Amino acid sequence: MLETALIMIVIGILAGIAGAILGLGGGIIVTPVLTLGFGLNIKYAIGASIIVVIATSSGSTIAYLRDEVLNLRVAMFLEIATTIGAVVGSLLTGVLNPKYLYVLFGLLLIFSGFNMVRKLRMKANDYGTGKDDALASKLELNGRYYDKNLKQTIDYQVTNVPGGLSVMFGAGLASGLLGIGSGAFKVIAMDTFMKMPLKPSSATSNLMMGVTAAASATVYFFNGTILPGIAVPLALGILGGAVVGSRIMQVLPTKLIRIVFIPILLYIGGNMLLQGFGVKL
Amino acid sequence: MNKQPDEHLNQEMNSIELIIGKILRIGVIISATIMLIGWLLLVITGKTGYAGNFHPTSFQQIIAGTVQLKPDAIMMLGIFCLILTPVLRVIVSIYSFFKERDMLYVYITSFVLLVLIISFLIGLSQA
Repeated sequence: MLETALIMIVIGILAGIAGAILGLGGGIIVTPVLTLGFGLNIKYAIGASIIVVIATSSGSTIAYLRDEVLNLRVAMFLEIATTIGAVVGSLLTGVLNPKYLYVLFGLLLIFSGFNMVRKLRMKANDYGTGKDDALASKLELNGRYYDKNLKQTIDYQVTNVPGGLSVMFGAGLASGLLGIGSGAFKVIAMDTFMKMPLKPSSATSNLMMGVTAAASATVYFFNGTILPGIAVPLALGILGGAVVGSRIMQVLPTKLIRIVFIPILLYIGGNMLLQGFGVKL
Repeated sequence: MNKQPDEHLNQEMNSIELIIGKILRIGVIISATIMLIGWLLLVITGKTGYAGNFHPTSFQQIIAGTVQLKPDAIMMLGIFCLILTPVLRVIVSIYSFFKERDMLYVYITSFVLLVLIISFLIGLSQA
């Protein structure tokens, strides 16, 4: 009992650090560990993963809000699309064959992975690429953040709001339908489509994921798929890990974060594509 | 001319983020403390407080179990508080935007809360 609990705490700390840095929920790390490593039923692994997403989100947001890396307006505005997507997704369960979605989302992730490779070749300060956008200005989405690595305040403009909204709707749809946190899509919507710098994209994705996950978490909570003996040590580890991770992220060079992010993106994308074609890993 | 509204906007965001940060921190500390107490009780006593693989899921069971200091019930209470922290964040954001008289974002954030409530109700009806 004690041994399992301590392992869970360690896994939690690692997942929290990684999740906070990359803007991913951490479910990507925890679900395979629980199912493959501990032989836990996938049903309970998903229940734990939802708690993991919320813990990463709340833990890292505490640090990001104080250090003003995340963009609260972008988060709230895009939440409209993710929450509606999540509701539609949960209503479509059983109607729509998830097979096609897996293929579609797998392709989108792989495409974005290659897009990010192209960005890697740009200079370290690849910000301010967005043009003046009437809609973004009207919604006051443009922002600034202090980059602790570059040691300067960076002003940035947000562009292509409709494109970002559509990807966010897809991200919500995927989390409602497939039971995933879909943090990867959230980062892509902001970084690739809306041309936000990677660090505010990642921090804002973290904030948004908790809100999206909270809606489905209550369902899992009441139907008993959340096992307290597993979820609690995981969550405690993650809260600590996420606070540490959100501090580390700010001093890392953006380039390094991308280098870690790209293979994970390609891995998830390839995995979804295979699942869409009926190959179970 | 251009600098004035920009500065104002920046200050406004700072105070909103500070309030949300503070309340969020309190919420996280409360839920983490409850989870930690339940988990320590579990590790020390080695018992979940329930027979077999059963763990409480309804409010009634959780509250009754918490009063009797059953580890699983206390842990579930802590998890429930953790689930509420993002919702709390949305509610506080509405209040903060309202205080700053940013009505556009009061509407946007209220709409998000409304969708959250709807999805919550759909979830309950399917559970």
